[in-house]
Amino acid sequence: MVVLKELSKEELFASGHRLCAGCGEGTINRMTMKALRGPTVIIAATGCNEVATTIYPYTSWKLPWAHVAFENAAAVASGVVEAYKAMARRGTGQGQIDVIAMAGDGGTYDIGIQALSGALERGHDFLYICVDNEAYMNTGIQRSGSTPHGADTTTSPAGNVIPGKPEWKKDLIGICVAHGIEYAATASPAYWNDYITKVRKGIEVNGPAVINVLSPCPLGWRHDSSLSIQLVKLAVETRYFPVYEFERGKYKLNLNVSTPKPVEEFLKAQGRFGHLFKPTYRRDVIDEIQQNVDINWNRILKLCAN
Amino acid sequence: MTAEKKPGWKFLLLGAVVDEPGSSQEYKTGDWRAFRPFVIKEKCVNCLICWIYCPDSAIVRQEKWVDVDYDYCKGCGICAKECPKQAISMGDEPK
Amino acid sequence: MTVLGLTGDEAVAHAAKQSKVDIVAAYPITPQTIIVERFSKYVANGEVPTGYVCVESEHSALSACIGASLTGARVFTATSSQGLALMHEMMYIASGLRCPIVMGVANRALSAPINIHGDHSDMMGSRDCGWIQIYVENAQEAYDWTIQAFKIAENKEVQLPVSVNLDGFIITHCMEGVDTVDDNVVAKFLQTRTPLFKLDPEKPITVGALCFTDYYFEFKRQQVEALTHVRPVLNKVAKEYEGVSGRSYGVLDAYGMDDAEAAVLCLGSTAGTAREVARKLRAQGKKVGVVKMWLYRPFPIDEVRAALKNVKALAVFDKAISFGAQYGAVCSDVVAALHTAEKRPRIFNVIFGLGGRDIKPSDIEFVFNEALETARSGVVKQETMYLGVRE
Repeated sequence: MVVLKELSKEELFASGHRLCAGCGEGTINRMTMKALRGPTVIIAATGCNEVATTIYPYTSWKLPWAHVAFENAAAVASGVVEAYKAMARRGTGQGQIDVIAMAGDGGTYDIGIQALSGALERGHDFLYICVDNEAYMNTGIQRSGSTPHGADTTTSPAGNVIPGKPEWKKDLIGICVAHGIEYAATASPAYWNDYITKVRKGIEVNGPAVINVLSPCPLGWRHDSSLSIQLVKLAVETRYFPVYEFERGKYKLNLNVSTPKPVEEFLKAQGRFGHLFKPTYRRDVIDEIQQNVDINWNRILKLCAN
Repeated sequence: MTAEKKPGWKFLLLGAVVDEPGSSQEYKTGDWRAFRPFVIKEKCVNCLICWIYCPDSAIVRQEKWVDVDYDYCKGCGICAKECPKQAISMGDEPK
Repeated sequence: MTVLGLTGDEAVAHAAKQSKVDIVAAYPITPQTIIVERFSKYVANGEVPTGYVCVESEHSALSACIGASLTGARVFTATSSQGLALMHEMMYIASGLRCPIVMGVANRALSAPINIHGDHSDMMGSRDCGWIQIYVENAQEAYDWTIQAFKIAENKEVQLPVSVNLDGFIITHCMEGVDTVDDNVVAKFLQTRTPLFKLDPEKPITVGALCFTDYYFEFKRQQVEALTHVRPVLNKVAKEYEGVSGRSYGVLDAYGMDDAEAAVLCLGSTAGTAREVARKLRAQGKKVGVVKMWLYRPFPIDEVRAALKNVKALAVFDKAISFGAQYGAVCSDVVAALHTAEKRPRIFNVIFGLGGRDIKPSDIEFVFNEALETARSGVVKQETMYLGVRE
């Protein structure tokens, strides 16, 4: 439990970055920085976050930060973690240094899944945060394995025959849990307390931890920049994005939604689902999505009950 | 970046390393704004909700209320939307 | 000094062990496997405090190595063929981020077709990536060069990664008596790495920033500059190493070139066979020579020009094809180096050994005789000879 007034005023993520107005990643970066417990190093994958915050000769980061490539944040982080340990063994270590890998859904669900899987299997002591805006936003809004069913992206466009992405969002937490790690969780930045607590938990875990945090994208999701936080609140309130955690073998639902809003409210508020409403009201697709939301919610409830 | 001539390869750190943490603060994103937030100080209860959500660290914590750092505020409007006391309103950015 | 019976792979692993590397992140691939297996055993036996990361692919291997290198650690890895090809993207990043990683490359043919035997197509496919590239002739050289590589890479004027190339199976799997330097001598020769920059919470830096059209070019120019420092640094390191090992190295080795009329230029183990043939022909009164290049990148133009200044005909051996180009990579480099020289030998290219196709002394003797004929007549009968292929 954190109290806003007690959070540090220090901004290790500085202003002047070029993230879009209203970008969830800016908010998520700031919240993440508030959860640190000591010296920390960030390893970032290629993506909006990396590109917009480190345009040479500027950097928004006030802690050690490295970007190497797109698909290997977890592999680079593995090397960093083990190197600090090795140098500690030879007596030139600097004490505990926490390592956090940050990647988008592109660099995690798809091209980055191999490196993530390897790092989790090897059990390195680091936190992996997937900043999930549900598409390859930095390259112009192309679909990823995280893009929801029915969303319009440039590579899963809503056309005359196909109404947006045919496939369903991949279960990243399920994949991570299958590796036998101690901690994995979803989060929404609308619930800053939950997210900051989870980041701190993830850092404190001795071994790999993964957090999948939903990140609103005004450009890619097509909504007014002022609605970013509202939308990732609605995502939770409609059960579209369940917020839960897996900790030492047990699932726990962090944000119970006893009276959910219909997922249609979430869809209606974003341009990427606009084709489900105009010119034709696609009741069929919306029902499909609602059904999937319900099945997924029940699946998670069942996991949490055990 | 100022209009000064950019440094040649002999004067840059090897490997494009940036050794000035937070140097992005030299880049004032405030001129991105189309709309500008105004804090109604009488209504502000200093709950800091706007502060935690601002993507640009443009809400400044003060003793009794918050202020806006117009050097960096991009005018996204999240602060106004999230304020539980409707203490922030968005107006047009003056030309 | 202890003489150990080591294969080329084992010699590289032994050298890496003595070099007190902090991190090894590697993925097995024939014929490099012995390097990683041997190193794993050192770790399991507590012989080294090295962190060994069994990554899940070569791409992750070099990624993890780069991460480790950025913390200031000394890093080693090894690969071959498809693995090198898979990490190709990371090769450029390692040099661009100025990580002094040392990598043993067990040179092996690139697919397709799949072939596990030795040729140079793998490293030649990555020759432009900005790494320093050294080719060794035998296990002894593989050992000596791996140790020297760390010192060259970490030099403040260089700060670039190095690949030490050894012929797959021919060197990697053949045992020799390798004269090894004592542990404490290697430790003193190398010292602990002092990085130019590192990820340090006391002094936060940003590495890997986005450089637009207004900055990218400058950083590439910096790399070119660093490569110009390699030859003098390498010669200095080799001189120091001679002091501790008794063996002397440099950028290339010239045999019989003072009075050779015809010569062969090659990289790797073939040089040994070529020298043996040259000795036999010289005993018959034929004026032949062999130029063996240790340093391939940066290409040592001055030394190559000096070695070839008197020769009349030169056969450049390439153990890889540069598809669509007039000559193989090495031959192209030699021709380029001699382009502005006043006196140039007649040159022809010999493509050989692909997919581990054996090269026999009689093959090389044939080439020497062709070169001698060219030296005499001034005529090149075949610009490119595919030696050993069945027509």
